[in-house]
Amino acid sequence: MKKALLLLVLSTIMFSGCFLWDARGRAQPEELVLATTTSTVDTGLLDFLLPEFEKEYNAKVRVVAVGTGQAIQLGRSGDADVILVHSREAEERFVNEGYGVKRYDVMYNDFVLLGPSFDPAGVSGAKTIVDALGRIASRAGTAQGVVFASRGDDSGTHRKEMFLWDKAGVGAPRGEWYSSLGQGMGDTLIMADEMRAYVLSDRGTYLSMKDKLKNLSIVFEGDEDLFNPYGIIAVNPEKHPNVNFRLAQELIAFFTSIHVQQMINTFGVDRYGQPLFFPNSEQWWLEHGGE
Amino acid sequence: MSAVYELEDVRHIYDGRTVIDIERLEILEGEIFGIIGPSGAGKSTLLRLLNFLEPPRRGIIRYRGKPYSAASMPSLDVMREITTVLQKPALLSTTVFHNIAYPLRIRHKRPDPQQVASMLQRVGLGKLSHVRASSLSGGEAQRVALARALIFGPRVLLLDEPTANLDPANTAVIERLVREFRAETKMTVVVVTHNVFQAKRLCDRVMFLNEGACVEVSDARSFFESPKHAMSKAFLSGEVIF
Amino acid sequence: MLLGQIVSGLSEALKLIVEGDREIYSIILLSLRVSGIALLIATAAGVPLGAWLGLTGFPGRRVVVALVYTGMGLPPVVVGLVVFMLLSKTGPLGALGWLFKVPGMILAQSIIALPIVAGLTMTAVGGVNKNVKQQLVALGASPAQVRWATLSEARMGVLAAVLAGFGRIVAEVGAVMLVGGNIQYRTRVLTTAIVLETRKGNFGMALALGSILLVISFVVNAAVLHLNRRGLGDS
Repeated sequence: MKKALLLLVLSTIMFSGCFLWDARGRAQPEELVLATTTSTVDTGLLDFLLPEFEKEYNAKVRVVAVGTGQAIQLGRSGDADVILVHSREAEERFVNEGYGVKRYDVMYNDFVLLGPSFDPAGVSGAKTIVDALGRIASRAGTAQGVVFASRGDDSGTHRKEMFLWDKAGVGAPRGEWYSSLGQGMGDTLIMADEMRAYVLSDRGTYLSMKDKLKNLSIVFEGDEDLFNPYGIIAVNPEKHPNVNFRLAQELIAFFTSIHVQQMINTFGVDRYGQPLFFPNSEQWWLEHGGE
Repeated sequence: MSAVYELEDVRHIYDGRTVIDIERLEILEGEIFGIIGPSGAGKSTLLRLLNFLEPPRRGIIRYRGKPYSAASMPSLDVMREITTVLQKPALLSTTVFHNIAYPLRIRHKRPDPQQVASMLQRVGLGKLSHVRASSLSGGEAQRVALARALIFGPRVLLLDEPTANLDPANTAVIERLVREFRAETKMTVVVVTHNVFQAKRLCDRVMFLNEGACVEVSDARSFFESPKHAMSKAFLSGEVIF
Repeated sequence: MLLGQIVSGLSEALKLIVEGDREIYSIILLSLRVSGIALLIATAAGVPLGAWLGLTGFPGRRVVVALVYTGMGLPPVVVGLVVFMLLSKTGPLGALGWLFKVPGMILAQSIIALPIVAGLTMTAVGGVNKNVKQQLVALGASPAQVRWATLSEARMGVLAAVLAGFGRIVAEVGAVMLVGGNIQYRTRVLTTAIVLETRKGNFGMALALGSILLVISFVVNAAVLHLNRRGLGDS
């Protein structure tokens, strides 16, 4: 009985504490959780874009950088308010199952095939990425030093790679030459550099790490199959009433606005001589025609 | 009777404090020699010196005619003639058998199970040979410690308050065993005790030690019946607190 | 929701083990192999080192002891980083070709386990009752015989030290991730697989692997506790 009373008193104190906190924190920024892939953080893009949003909306965006798989899972469980990822199929499933409200195009970047500069599989002569991967798979058994490092973490990049292997008729690659690492893009690039391995990477992460990757260079690029669109989706408040849907919608409007699209288009140019991401929102295309 | 130990100007110092300062002392072959005195008198320190567990800071300890000092401590073979039983048994965490066989083992003698068994029999623990030492009672453990000290036939047995933690029954057993073995092997026994009655029951001669110095040495009967020194008198009448 | 995930994770773990899923078994076996061999190495070096530190005094001992205690708290990821740099093709040990291979992982985990085994062995040996040592000398033991008996008195504590080393490295993720690289079928162990499955959003699977690791850790730690208690009962 005494214990119960004590418990009651304690919980009362704690609850009133919470309310006091709230009252005092009214001027504090609103929080928004953005689950996204490592590439948007590793390249520094979000650090470039978000401060303006946070200032304008008195918001604090907490960025959780994980693989696309986990990012979508975080949206599914209501742990994130909004997701920014690049795996078209998974994004559409996320919306169709009712977890996301609507998918908006934000930007795209492209993938490049990296490899040791001596190119033991002779990939640089290939016409398409499918052809290039086919060469790696078929020469891996015979030629010395042909090895491939894969993200292997169910990320957007990994899913893209698996899709391309399938298209090249290799199926799910296995063997001594194929290393499924289960790591993020940056870690995978460092390992591939050590291993002198071929690796599929998004261009942005590669460019941002280029000076650390002494043994890797682009051996194949430019195929339409390497196109990599990013979508942004607010988590459905009907599934998870606790999410900050209003602020999520504001973030989407912010990312797709002409102003921010222009910022994306210039991001990285000063450092790498080329943009890391290309604008791709509906507004942008309305303004700039095309498609 | 010849002397086993002759101490000449032995001084010992801990942390700048003189704990032993004995000008002359003889301990005779085959006797039971008692050391009594208040706590802090240096009794245990003296026993460690007699076992050569540490070198005396100054002076000479003559053992069986050979002089030893800080500069020349006895060889392992000489040290192996002397042993000590402490107030707390300090048994190894193995079986009773292993504990008793240990002194034989380290002397590279194969322990004879027969010999160990009969020793156990004598200390009244015949059935406990394969029991773990940690499961023994205090009295049993001390009897094992005594058996372990006696198994290899020491010339000198040093006892440091051997019954201080024991009940009267176990005390009587230990005292009886010490007397019996002394009679059989003619070994010398030095016993430190704060128990005046034990010294009376057990000892041939007694020394009263106070603040590291030898106050009085005499044969037991005359010491207890008519102590010469005022301090011994005070101690025996219980006026000195220990 | 959380409870549901835990329950489904555990039932998934049970299913995978019962069905004898090959990848799971290879991950478990590799974990045990890497940590087991690393432990053997750490024991072969750490027990003598700890015994030496616990038994003898020499000038500079305090410095060595301080180093060992510091080593006991080494963050695995820092060990991983250093070993990575050593084994990198451009590093001083690059010629060994151990990076992203099992020997590299064993090297890193040996380094993590060594100070733990040595430090706890030292504590166990140093904790042997001083009276016992003096009694052994009084019984006629030579210095070498006293050292040997002291070690044997500390045996439960030494065994506990070895098991504690194992518990630490089998649950360690930082070093094996950096040095092993979490390569499927080759250097993927329980802890790195958990990180991966969590990143993939497969919380059930991650939890399943986690509960296997938990069982291993539990068995090891229960053994340590048991030995410690026996060690106490003896003194």
